[in-house]
Amino acid sequence: MDLLRFTTAGSVDDGKSTLIGRLLYDSKSIFEDQLAAVERFSKKRGDEHVDLALLTDGLRAEREQGITIDVAYRYFATPRRKFIIADTPGHIQYTRNMVTGASTANLAIILIDARKGVIEQTCRHAFLANLLRIQHVVIAINKMDLVDYSEAKFEEIKEAFQCFASRLDNLVEMTFIPISALKGDNVVDKSEAMPWYQGPTLLYHLETVYVGTTENHVEARFPVQWVIRPQSDEWHDFRGFSGRVAGGVFKPGDAVTVLPSGFQSKIKEIHTADGPLEEAYSPLSVTLLLEDEIDTSRGDMIVKANNPPQVGQDIEAMICWFGEKPLNPRGRFILRHTSREVQAVIKEVKYKVNINTLHKIEDDLEFRMNDIGRLSIRTSAPVIFDPYSKNRITGSFILIDAGTNETVAAGMIRG
Amino acid sequence: MSAIRSYNVSLLQQLESEAIYVLRETAAQFRNPALLFSGGKDSIVMAWLARKAFHPARLPFTLLHVDTGHNFPETLVYRDEFVQTIGANLKVASVQDSIDQGRVVEEKGHRASRNKLQTVTLLDAVSDNKFDACLGGGRRDEEKARAKERFFSHRNDFGQWDPKNQRPELWNLFNGRMHEGEQFRVFPLSNWTEMDVWLYIRQENIPLPNIYFSHQRRVFQRDGSWLDAETGYAQPQPDEPILEKTMRFRTIGDVTCTGAVESPAATLDDIIAEVAAARQTERGTRADDQRSESAMEDRKKEGYF
Repeated sequence: MDLLRFTTAGSVDDGKSTLIGRLLYDSKSIFEDQLAAVERFSKKRGDEHVDLALLTDGLRAEREQGITIDVAYRYFATPRRKFIIADTPGHIQYTRNMVTGASTANLAIILIDARKGVIEQTCRHAFLANLLRIQHVVIAINKMDLVDYSEAKFEEIKEAFQCFASRLDNLVEMTFIPISALKGDNVVDKSEAMPWYQGPTLLYHLETVYVGTTENHVEARFPVQWVIRPQSDEWHDFRGFSGRVAGGVFKPGDAVTVLPSGFQSKIKEIHTADGPLEEAYSPLSVTLLLEDEIDTSRGDMIVKANNPPQVGQDIEAMICWFGEKPLNPRGRFILRHTSREVQAVIKEVKYKVNINTLHKIEDDLEFRMNDIGRLSIRTSAPVIFDPYSKNRITGSFILIDAGTNETVAAGMIRG
Repeated sequence: MSAIRSYNVSLLQQLESEAIYVLRETAAQFRNPALLFSGGKDSIVMAWLARKAFHPARLPFTLLHVDTGHNFPETLVYRDEFVQTIGANLKVASVQDSIDQGRVVEEKGHRASRNKLQTVTLLDAVSDNKFDACLGGGRRDEEKARAKERFFSHRNDFGQWDPKNQRPELWNLFNGRMHEGEQFRVFPLSNWTEMDVWLYIRQENIPLPNIYFSHQRRVFQRDGSWLDAETGYAQPQPDEPILEKTMRFRTIGDVTCTGAVESPAATLDDIIAEVAAARQTERGTRADDQRSESAMEDRKKEGYF
């Protein structure tokens, strides 16, 4: 069995909670005591019918006010796959939450209300999925029951979306599915009302879509997290570099370089508690032993000679601003990238993006919460990186406010 | 070498590798982390993963058991053996001591539970030992307030959780920076489900306290839960008759609020089949969560795990 992480994007009232409720309910992932609790609360609040959205509202304020505050993670499994849903709320702080949910997802479901078609928010969701490099997107055209299950309507929306998406470069695969989350059409079971639709149901697609291409298996990258040096006689000479492979494949005998120092060596052994491995690839956590004793510590990166990453103190990046207060271009920041932490200052604010139209904004450069745009950053020490378009792990970073310690921005490095 | 080949990673490999990554980040980002160890299956799996993460070195964490004093004796025997096996240091923080020192007042009546009192004992142990992070076995699928937790959960200098003001967590970048006196809770098993935990226990052949498996036990029923009548910690009332049944525990916690389930499941395979067919959540047996709709959220805000 394998794992698929996906995120759901939708605006208010497009049926996102109903869809998630149906996936959980129809896959028998809702337990009787959970359902009983939701029924109790619905009744107490005076709802006419059981509100399945309550299943996903975890906090008291959310249940009382009928809102969702934060990204929540849901789990369900079918005999084919396990799923992790990053469920992001559809109103204020939307961009911030969707970026967070999308950062770990392999697939995004974008919901469109069939009556409204492609609207500004749809474009925003597609832009964010593209920016975060989610290669697989399902466009679920919902509420088909309210447009008489019309094939013409479905084709019209599909065409409008494709027209917009042609300006986005990272979306590898787009799948359009006409559904009714409320009635259950094409969610788990094939719809009888839409014989013209020959494609998979939503769940079948989620169960079978191949997402193995998301990991980079070409350029070998190993950020060192921790150095293991046992203080025992038995393991006297053991000196292992622990981490999680961020790209490529490592094998014993491979020639490697440690960055930023540039020292070279060979891999002696790939150690794990269960014995040595013949190869290690993303996302496995292992411990590398090298032939030579070279000075290596947390924050360094072990790489192979072909296609080395960039090493430098100047970074060009797209960022999404998360902070409550606007970005202060003279502020002091900590930049956390892989296992490395360096100080950072903003060298230049280049532009912001209007994420509904994809136009550049150059006359208002103040980054407020949820704003996305381009910055040049200078760091106090070298960072070892790849463009985000090549590697999501070595191409991403966060900015931390050096005064408050809050995470204030997410960054994606440009090539 | 052929250019095209697939690098498949199984679900359990992915979860293991993620948890090991989080454990190593915890060791690297904090000065003095503790691993909360109760002898329950989730903390056992977490400690097992910690052993793997730093092998062949010893664990860079102290194991901390917050002991309510109302333990199943099997759990304590198991705890001491397990700690020996993985070669860790164990510290026990006792709720009884907190009561004796007047730090907390024991609840009265036959429904009294020490579950809520643990929070004070935990926070005292954190401050006495200057722990700056506590690793917990909590999972997001367990309970709805936990579904909103981060891997690295920031707590203020009173140990409290502020669910409306959590740090966004992106990719695999964890921000463990804090001011003096603040703390973190870290949850390496965030993405595991109950089923994943059992599948992993079977794959790794991890020994467990025997009360997880079917056995004969004297119990009594209260609010739909079967509570233990053997240890004497839970007090059956005259209208709560004691029966002997074939039971097992789905979770293990304080005796007074951990319900047993009727089950013939005697092996890991039996348990996995039972979990797959279960129609109740595992915390459905926990009286501490049934106290109110937001019982877990309220305890977390006070500083609970």
